[in-house]
Amino acid sequence: MAISQEPVDTSTPSESMEGSEILRVEDLHTSFFLPIGELQAVRGVSFTLKRGQSLGIVGESGSGKTVLARSIMGLTLAKHVEISGKAFFNGRDLLTLSRREMRSLWGTEIAMIFQDPMTSLNPMVKIGRQVIEHLRQHKNVDRREAKQIALDLLNEVRIPEAESRIDRLPHELSGGMRQRVSIASALACEPSLLFADEPTTALDVTVQHQILNLLSREQRQRNMTMVLVTHDLGVIAGRTDETLVMYAGKVVEQAPTAEIFDNTQHPYTEALMRSIPRTSQPSHTPLAAITGRPPVATHLPKGCAFSPRCPYVQPRCHEEDPSLVSIGTSEHKAACWYPVGSDANREAFERNLSDRLPQTLAVAEALDADQGSETSADVPDGELT
Amino acid sequence: MSESSVRPSGQTSGAPFETSSGRLRPGGRAWTRSTARAFQGAVGKMPWLTKICFLWLILVILAAALADLIPGLADPNYQGFVFGDGKTNEGPTASHWLGTDNVSRDILARLIYGARVSLIFAFSLVAAGIIIGGTLGSIAGYFRGPLETFLMALVDTWLSFPALIGLVFVTTMLGMRNLLVLVLVGSIFVWPSYTRIARATALSVSGQDFVTAARAIGTSRRQILVREIFPNVLPAMLAYSLVGLPVLIILESTLSFLGLGVEIPTASWGGMINQARQDLLINIWPAVWPAAMLFMTVYSFNNLADWVRKQAAARSAAI
Ligand SMILES: Nc1ncnc2c1ncn2[C@@H]1O[C@H](COP(=O)(O)OP(=O)(O)OP(=O)(O)O)[C@@H](O)[C@H]1O
Ligand code: SF4
Ligand SMILES: [Mg+2]
Repeated sequence: MAISQEPVDTSTPSESMEGSEILRVEDLHTSFFLPIGELQAVRGVSFTLKRGQSLGIVGESGSGKTVLARSIMGLTLAKHVEISGKAFFNGRDLLTLSRREMRSLWGTEIAMIFQDPMTSLNPMVKIGRQVIEHLRQHKNVDRREAKQIALDLLNEVRIPEAESRIDRLPHELSGGMRQRVSIASALACEPSLLFADEPTTALDVTVQHQILNLLSREQRQRNMTMVLVTHDLGVIAGRTDETLVMYAGKVVEQAPTAEIFDNTQHPYTEALMRSIPRTSQPSHTPLAAITGRPPVATHLPKGCAFSPRCPYVQPRCHEEDPSLVSIGTSEHKAACWYPVGSDANREAFERNLSDRLPQTLAVAEALDADQGSETSADVPDGELT
Repeated sequence: MSESSVRPSGQTSGAPFETSSGRLRPGGRAWTRSTARAFQGAVGKMPWLTKICFLWLILVILAAALADLIPGLADPNYQGFVFGDGKTNEGPTASHWLGTDNVSRDILARLIYGARVSLIFAFSLVAAGIIIGGTLGSIAGYFRGPLETFLMALVDTWLSFPALIGLVFVTTMLGMRNLLVLVLVGSIFVWPSYTRIARATALSVSGQDFVTAARAIGTSRRQILVREIFPNVLPAMLAYSLVGLPVLIILESTLSFLGLGVEIPTASWGGMINQARQDLLINIWPAVWPAAMLFMTVYSFNNLADWVRKQAAARSAAI
């Protein structure tokens, strides 16, 4: 666990102390240089994470979540990519480390779980061996010890009959079981920071809950720091301490998770909230999709990136890009000229309604349909086990 | 190799021939047992024609491998008439089941020893292709860079060179045409196509999540090549080999027929046909038997390869 490198920064991280800062990302930018132009996938993201904390990163497909996570982890994304900014991990800027130095962190300090358990395990290698080889790579244990640790891990992630499954190939296991194997493999060397990039998107709903609960439990038991990436706000409800909402490569709202739900500020977060499947609704109720499409990252609109889809959009939004500023408490930040719940927001809504702006009408309709039931989104409980 | 080939796997993405057969599992007793069971199951699922082809191939391979141990099998080079105890162009008899050729050698013995030449030639070249081509192609496809550019340019140039002429040219220059020389010279010509397939497969494998996942747990590039890339390139190589084997068998027979294969009197199917050509109007059988052997063996390999490919496609569709 100990990194015997001097911290670059003035803040001395005291490694073992609970609540000390483990990751600080400052103004991170990632751009791809494509034949059609520059694609700004991440545009100035900053956040801080304390040891043992969990952070949820939420946003639609293409908002830059994966690129952000991979940029921080230093996993090469593509050839023509440019990353700028800082990402301090225990005081060391990850973006300045050599590949060798990064490799010494990967697996033992920082690990990642991928979206699709169908593709994140080697199809030609037995699952037990995948975990065992990982262990032996970093720990000075012999084959038998490694096998025992692997078995314990597979039991810990609740793979039934781990002894017999250890000799199976990935395709002989269900998706949920495979993801448990990936988790076991990621946890094998006790990383202090775990990125989980949409770890349940490829799984069906009942399995999703089990896997998320497993991750939360491991995260708390191991006092591990976790970044949980998802496009579904419902996934992080009750599971993460902090939430970061991303849109078109930028953070548009950032707050403690409960605060995001109780006191939504950004129109995009509000829209995401409306698209969470609700337990109180009869099943098969169509989800309120967000009108329009996310912008193409090579051709971002002028001003606020959400303006073409925002129900509260005003002329100012087309001109000036709002920056992320504290709203109410210092812990709650949002980037919007007309934050949800403000008087200015209500006026903007009325004005757009009388102008018959399509996305505003769509929202009004959804609200009408909701009359009678409570207006604030009720979120499925993230029952923790 | 036929063992693993009849157990096709899913993992086919991007591989040419879009088959990738063969699930290679690391050793262990449990593995042997489960493979044996799966093997039985796979043979059981074959259509009857494929089953016959499969059995035929096993028969030919066993006979070729164990030729020296077959009781009562004549010496393939023994010319009875020289010693006064045999006839030329004889029909089937109790001592010569398929008769004798125009210099009174036992045809059955020559067929079996001829199979040995064909199979050793074909299997050795396939092995050389997999080892050389698989390694170079995987390295090119995974590490990329100038090495890849250079290798692929070399492959393209090499492939446009007529291999048959090259093979004849080099063996003639060397003035030696035993099996070892033929195999060694042949390897110079088989590696490019295997390299190309290995590189294409490695390229698609490299882009998959499990390779990134391996990096994300700190695996070195060399270890990734060995543990993640190779095992996934191998099935594509094996599938290609199954298609390549009959081609190589025909190549060997062609060379022998032209008198450019293994030196006489070593038995080979092509050489036997050539030898029989002289007396074709007197006795056609010494030409018919090796031709039939050649046909059945090549057909069987192709039929089996086809079946494996279909299995792999069905399997990948199911996954
Ligand atoms: N290797 C790459 N080369 C070029 N562009 C890329 C590359 N990877 C991602 N992008 C682009 O960067 C943007 C952000 O992609 P990213 O994968 O981070 O989105 P995401 O939020 O993770 O979406 P999803 O929910 O679909 O995973 C997208 O516009 C995508 O097209
Ligand atoms: S109100 Fe304006 S600034 Fe706020 S999200 Fe909508 S378009 Fe952007
Ligand atoms: Mg993603």
